[in-house]
Amino acid sequence: MFQERFVRGHGGKKIPIPYYPIDQVGADERAQFFTKRSIKKESKINALYTIISMIDLTTLEGADTPGKVKQMCAKARFPVPRGVYQDIANHPKAKALPSVAAVCVYPSMVPHAAEALEGTDIQVASVATAFPSGQLPIDLKVADVERAVEFGATEIDMVINRGAFLSGDYQTVFDEIIQIKEACGDAHLKVILETGELVTYDRVHFASQLSMLAGADFIKTSTGKVQPAATLPVTLVMLNAIKDYYKHTGVKVGMKPAGGIRTAKQAIAYLCMVNEVLGSDWLTPDLFRFGASTLLNDVLKQIYKQVTGRYYYDKIFSLD
Amino acid sequence: MSAKEQPVIKTIKLFINGEFPRTESGRSFAVPIHGSEHIYANLCQASRKDLRAAVEAAKEGLKSWSGKTAFNRAQILYRMAEMLEGKKQEAGQILEDVQGLSKKDAEVEVTTAIQVLLYYAGFADKFSQVMASVNPVSGPFHNFTTPEPVGVVGFLADTGFSFWQWMDRLAAILCSGNSVVAVIGAPGAALISLIGEVMATSDVPKGVVNILSGDINELFTPMASHMEVQSICYWGEDQTKISQLHEQATENMKRVVYKYKPQSLESITAFTEFKTIWHPVGV
Amino acid sequence: MLDKEKDKKKKKHSKSANKTVKVKTHKAPFEFEYSDAPESRDIVKIKERNLLYINGQWQEPSEGSFFPTLNPADGEVLAEVAEASAADVDKAVQAARKAYEGTWSKIPAHERGKYIFRIARILQERAREFAVLETLDNGKPIKESRDVDIPLVASHFFYNAGWADKLDYAFPGHKVTPIGVAAQVIPWNFPLLMAAWKIAPALATGNCVVLKPAETTPLTALLLAEVIEQAGLPPGVVNIVTGAGKTGAALVNHPDVNKVAFTGSTEVGRIIAKAVAKTNKKLTLELGGKSAHIVYEDAAIDQAVEGVVNGIFFNQGHVCCAGSRLLVEESIAKDFVEKLKERMSQIRVGDPLDKNTDVGAINSHRELEKIRGFINEAKEEGWEYFSASATELPGKGFFQKPCFFNDVGSAASIFRQEVFGPVLAISTFRTPQEAISKANDTPYGLAAGVWSEKASKIQKTALGLKAGVIWANTYNKFDPSSPFGGYYESGWGREGGRHGLFPYVEVQ
Repeated sequence: MFQERFVRGHGGKKIPIPYYPIDQVGADERAQFFTKRSIKKESKINALYTIISMIDLTTLEGADTPGKVKQMCAKARFPVPRGVYQDIANHPKAKALPSVAAVCVYPSMVPHAAEALEGTDIQVASVATAFPSGQLPIDLKVADVERAVEFGATEIDMVINRGAFLSGDYQTVFDEIIQIKEACGDAHLKVILETGELVTYDRVHFASQLSMLAGADFIKTSTGKVQPAATLPVTLVMLNAIKDYYKHTGVKVGMKPAGGIRTAKQAIAYLCMVNEVLGSDWLTPDLFRFGASTLLNDVLKQIYKQVTGRYYYDKIFSLD
Repeated sequence: MSAKEQPVIKTIKLFINGEFPRTESGRSFAVPIHGSEHIYANLCQASRKDLRAAVEAAKEGLKSWSGKTAFNRAQILYRMAEMLEGKKQEAGQILEDVQGLSKKDAEVEVTTAIQVLLYYAGFADKFSQVMASVNPVSGPFHNFTTPEPVGVVGFLADTGFSFWQWMDRLAAILCSGNSVVAVIGAPGAALISLIGEVMATSDVPKGVVNILSGDINELFTPMASHMEVQSICYWGEDQTKISQLHEQATENMKRVVYKYKPQSLESITAFTEFKTIWHPVGV
Repeated sequence: MLDKEKDKKKKKHSKSANKTVKVKTHKAPFEFEYSDAPESRDIVKIKERNLLYINGQWQEPSEGSFFPTLNPADGEVLAEVAEASAADVDKAVQAARKAYEGTWSKIPAHERGKYIFRIARILQERAREFAVLETLDNGKPIKESRDVDIPLVASHFFYNAGWADKLDYAFPGHKVTPIGVAAQVIPWNFPLLMAAWKIAPALATGNCVVLKPAETTPLTALLLAEVIEQAGLPPGVVNIVTGAGKTGAALVNHPDVNKVAFTGSTEVGRIIAKAVAKTNKKLTLELGGKSAHIVYEDAAIDQAVEGVVNGIFFNQGHVCCAGSRLLVEESIAKDFVEKLKERMSQIRVGDPLDKNTDVGAINSHRELEKIRGFINEAKEEGWEYFSASATELPGKGFFQKPCFFNDVGSAASIFRQEVFGPVLAISTFRTPQEAISKANDTPYGLAAGVWSEKASKIQKTALGLKAGVIWANTYNKFDPSSPFGGYYESGWGREGGRHGLFPYVEVQ
């Protein structure tokens, strides 16, 4: 019916990728629906705790230093000052604050993060593959990944080759993901589509399919360096792709919106969407993450408010 | 020539589906020469079965006529004017004979009839530009409204006959792509053959125009209650009939048109429906 | 989690024995239950006894009789409402006539516009109050009354207000005059929105109005009367009389009414058309439908599923233009229906005041019984039945789970008759021609939907569909600037947009 799109897998085997058009206006409208969910009381507290456990606490700056990364790791381990922690913990409604899922840094910062998180459940994620542009030869991207893993990264956030993708060379995109996946070894692979550069939802869906077929453990919206980064509708499109992939293969691929999610309110809308599109099976850090740098504090403030009934003021939380 | 040649008294037949059949009922009625006892012609008295056949034909005719481009419909309406121009003398003569019009009045009737055909020919590819709209809805949607033909129109001429006024209504109905089943009583019915010939030679697809001669009172209810007729054009002043028509039209919620303004945009839109289409605007 | 994937993960971890990769803690997924989130009803003060709004005054019904209006979510009485007798209706029509001749037709057009603008603004300011009251009286989810009904009501007044002094542009080359007194009878599915659709263009074109809201949902129209008072409209310009069929009949048949506008069932529309037939009254009717939703194989499937859900389950399916017939291309039917089922399982049916409710209460016990009658009949005929919701139905009130019948024969009554509830009938087609003729195979012609990503196919289909509103790659969208109304037995005339002014004027 439409132009046949396929990539070749092992032994030149043809893997068809069906055309799956997305109506932008309809997708936007559907995504908007989840911002109207009103999450209150118990459901809100539970959601807030869950959000913390799903955060990949991120710093990806040229100015990152060992000191900055260590501070962020400390925040990952002890997100709130002891006094506030007590304030919350002493309250009958409170539960133990979970730790975040991971910290996410550049490869050169991985050793410092790994050291700072030694003995915790917190994963060390590293962006790699010439993040954020991905414009390096594949052997150097592979080397980038191998070093990050060697340094102790347990999760790799790669970027797809958008240059190849936008020029229609899907095979290269596909092959590169496979190579990176191999280089990851046991580290989990998150594939960043950089949806802000793909622009149309049709392409986002197509890139999602391509990444999952190539073995992505997670698909991720954005590097955070391109606007727009994560949005509800683009995440919805990817969730739908994940759902269909699961239906056809039985493989559950995770989802990570990243960039632009700053408030607990926004994050709750994402949770509602995952809940209603993929079901609660996906509501675990194993299958859903938030890539964010400032979300954590807002969630903590909301928990503080929910638990104590008092409004927070910024100064009781640490800045990091 | 010693003895006066006897004229051939013609029998005027119906015009259904592009053909000139006799009524299935085998009935006829005579149209006298105006002011005399002589017969001008015998006419078929259409039955409800003829009406049914005409509506069937109109239903089919609607498909081809409404599917034509507006420009094409304009051309064909213009062609009708051309064909009528060629039959000007004959038409005038009929009007003189059956209506007793003066030569001059008859000529005015016919030239005006030609004029109204031109009027609507020129409107066929324009009225929708005047009546359509692009609607600025709040949201990422392209939204526009455009007129479409209402469907099969029953046209009941229940009044003193004027050729051009009859033609005005016919052309207005045809203009937007409707098909028509017209019923004419005496004396106007004497023109059926002529009109049929104009239609048949003007490239209007068969079934688009169907004309029955007969008794309006007999065909009134079958037309008003026919479920395949979407609209009725009633040309007459009879208030009781107008009420009845409205009442019977409710069976399938027909649109009833009885107020009429010759050579006007409103006369076209009276036989249209507005369709509004929404489509998202996105990438 | 699937075994297959567990195995995969295990393998991975065993392979990594010699590396220092941390073992992930597999936390149990979070069971996300939404707590109750009811909108407060305190914002509305419902009067126990509601009188008639005639000539700018609240008047006792002449026969002294009142009837109850219920909250369909719990079946409890919300208020008592006056039943207008023929004498009350007469008073209202006389008041409207007096206002028409005395003031409304005399004030400058732009001043007329100002009053209507003012109504729009007050409605916006009191939006939440109206939304809560609408939900209480009608049963529709607060999400819809808050985000759809009430904003549209305000925008209808706002849109039409601007026409008041621009009618010369609406009818280029013509002088237009108002008709006089308009009798307007509206249904219970969008109580306030239908009042706005009727009143706003009537006032903008210079007419005066007597409106009768439906007997099960009169409260927001009465609150609108307060707004009209607040806006300072001259007495008698808008009159609101409450009651049931008898009151409606008295209004429609009143000899001094010049124009009748009705929205409701085709059955009642016919009765009104017959009654009006003997008079010179102008008549517009917005009646029933059995609108088809065509989904081609090249559609944007996920959005089409949303469109179908929105098409039939919006407002509990109490929508004259509801996409109650789904025609899906046979090549994708199985997958599509599967997706539809999954989506329907996420629909939250329940307390209409809860902000998370997607489908609220059926407006009345009578309607619920009617809907169930259709469902039972279709079940008896043996069509494949499916119903779902994410929530349990409340123990009281009138509720119906969203449902569909699959692979329904074209002759089945569930495929032909208007159910006016959350019940979808699904059938398949093979070619565009077949889709169009199946869609048109109904005496109705109100609306239709079509889904395809191929532009020329959309155009061709939209052209072929015999319906007044075509939603292409979307559904159930409304706007004051967009004309609405049906072909055939779905009614006469259009409401909304420039075309919506036509029924309220005499073109000279």
